Amino acid sequence: MTDRSDLAIDVKGLNKSFGDKHVVKDFSIQVPRGRITGFLGPNGSGKTTTLRMLCGLLTPDSGEGKCLGYDIVKQSDEIKLNVGYMTQRFSLYEDLTIEENLMFMARVHGLDRRHERVKQALERLGLLERRRQLAGKLSGGWKQRLALAAATLHEPALLLLDEPTAGVDPKARRTFWDEIHALSAEGLTVLVSTHYMDEAERCHDIAYIAYGELIARGTAEDILKQVGLVTWEGSGPGVDRLSGEIAKLPGVETAAPFGATLHVSGTDEGALDAALKPYRHEPFHWSRTEPTLEDAFIHLMGKSEDNFR
Amino acid sequence: MSATPVPAPAPPTPPAMRQVHGHWTTRVLAVLAKEFVQLTRDRLTYAMILVVPVMQLLLFGYAINSQPRHLPMAVLVQDDSTFARSVLAAFVNTSYFDITHTARSTEELDRLVESGEVQFALTIPGDFSRRVALGDDAQVLLEADATDPTATGPALAAAAGIASQGLSHDLKGALAVRASKPTPFEVVVHNRYNPESITAYNIVPGLLGVILTLTLVLMTALSMTREIERGTMESLLATPAQPIEVMIGKLAPYVIVGLAQTVVILVVGRVLFSVPMAGGWIALSIGVLLFVIGSLAMGFFFSTLARTQLQAMQMTVFYLLPSILLSGFMFPFRGMPGWAQAIGEVIPVTHFLRIVRGALLKGEGLAALWPELGALGVFVLLITALAMLRYRRTLD
Repeated sequence: MTDRSDLAIDVKGLNKSFGDKHVVKDFSIQVPRGRITGFLGPNGSGKTTTLRMLCGLLTPDSGEGKCLGYDIVKQSDEIKLNVGYMTQRFSLYEDLTIEENLMFMARVHGLDRRHERVKQALERLGLLERRRQLAGKLSGGWKQRLALAAATLHEPALLLLDEPTAGVDPKARRTFWDEIHALSAEGLTVLVSTHYMDEAERCHDIAYIAYGELIARGTAEDILKQVGLVTWEGSGPGVDRLSGEIAKLPGVETAAPFGATLHVSGTDEGALDAALKPYRHEPFHWSRTEPTLEDAFIHLMGKSEDNFR
Repeated sequence: MSATPVPAPAPPTPPAMRQVHGHWTTRVLAVLAKEFVQLTRDRLTYAMILVVPVMQLLLFGYAINSQPRHLPMAVLVQDDSTFARSVLAAFVNTSYFDITHTARSTEELDRLVESGEVQFALTIPGDFSRRVALGDDAQVLLEADATDPTATGPALAAAAGIASQGLSHDLKGALAVRASKPTPFEVVVHNRYNPESITAYNIVPGLLGVILTLTLVLMTALSMTREIERGTMESLLATPAQPIEVMIGKLAPYVIVGLAQTVVILVVGRVLFSVPMAGGWIALSIGVLLFVIGSLAMGFFFSTLARTQLQAMQMTVFYLLPSILLSGFMFPFRGMPGWAQAIGEVIPVTHFLRIVRGALLKGEGLAALWPELGALGVFVLLITALAMLRYRRTLD
């Protein structure tokens, strides 16, 4: 493997099984420095396992690679010093105060000017006033922001975020993402796993993983182009309830209700037209629309499921 | 291809509300079956359920003997006579005493008792047979290490009978008149170290060991498994902290807790039970420190094996049982069969009890207690090494 200093993550052929479950299969990815890369895929597709292997929390069964230039198998101590990892489940001490949690992180990383750094982090979070509050008493959104502050206190070069905004309200999610972009602007590389499409669109790059395999990679436009979907949007009373029967028609790959409308997508334009013909009457209206990232992902998810079965 | 227009679907009717069905026993069965399956999945609990009663049965049934026999005795015979030999035979015949050492001087006899090699020391004075023959207050001296009165009690009771029966075969003919006196000779009993045979003197040092074991092992065992259960282990492992650093950081606060507990128990023992404190403070301090660290390390080791706090608690109980039953705390160590004593020897509490009793009741110092201190030192190193080997640095 050639050393490329412009890559924060460069891994090849990672495999990981738990019992007889092959969770990550021949996974290879290159993540350039200084970018925010979104890590997407259905539940149980191996995102968390991959992130844990990248930061030395899990040992891959096979495969090799580097994270910030350090060997992911042999140099996990060095990786831990330079990577910030935010777990999916809140994993700071709920019985410690906000300040004590940050101080613990500062000490365990052997940082200098600890009080100053903790104070800065508290100010940045806007939690200076509430620093003596127990971390367990915080709301979901605040917990996530605290976890982010704890994961970045030691000024890591790479930040791994595992579904950081799951179960957080939209306003808190926006604040969270503003912080991630601010960190990225300072040169931090970010790899973030998420389920939310709007969040995927806020990433510079996207990596789509399903059943342990990397399926699509690139910017949002790249992925839409790769998938090459034609999408019709149907509207009219009850159109959303037709998704089940339309999805079964030949040429239709996905039929997904979007609120009161229905997005019907396929890769074969002619077949799709033929399939929708019986529905082109009142009260339904059909119009061509740009496929969204979500359409593309639902398509990818369906395709990988077919391959898997 | 003529497409038939599809009519717009009718609004769906809401599904009927579900009613509670079935007999209550079905639901009980559901819970019962679930619990059973969960129990079989938790192999540790399963093992505990089976092993603990068997272990208790074995220990109580075989290992524990509140009437310990064959206690080691050293003899100093200054009167080589038929009477003296008959007295020795009478002691052995009670089956409470085994003559393991023959001393040549009172100094040697003292040393054997002090070091704990023998439980009893019997002195037959040079004028014994002459005094028996003359009926002139013949006496033998039986010194007992009464640190643990439960161990010596039954043997001493048996010794009292020797005076009246022990010489009945030898006192014939002209001497038969001596046998008719209340007793031909007297067994003078000297209780060393705990002259009044106060059980509390023995129990308080023992309790120190057991209380420290229970609380300290549990504390560290829980503190690590709590990290796993609450999910904070993931964050902790993602930090650059090394296993030994985590271990020392976890143990250090509890060392202070353990030392504080020791002080409280000893002060209470002194104030309420007037437990003698004969000295040996340096040996005692080193012993307490080693034992506290060893117990904490044991808890830490358990936490590397257990996945949940409950498992950690079960392991602690599992470890505590032999510590109470086989260490000489609850039942006399010398009263146990060889195999139980062998198990007892590898339990740290056993050595700790010897240190505490030796230091407090006998005033023994480093010179006498170094083998026990050494045993605790080995225990600390061994358990720390095991904990480090087992410590999972990843979530694998």
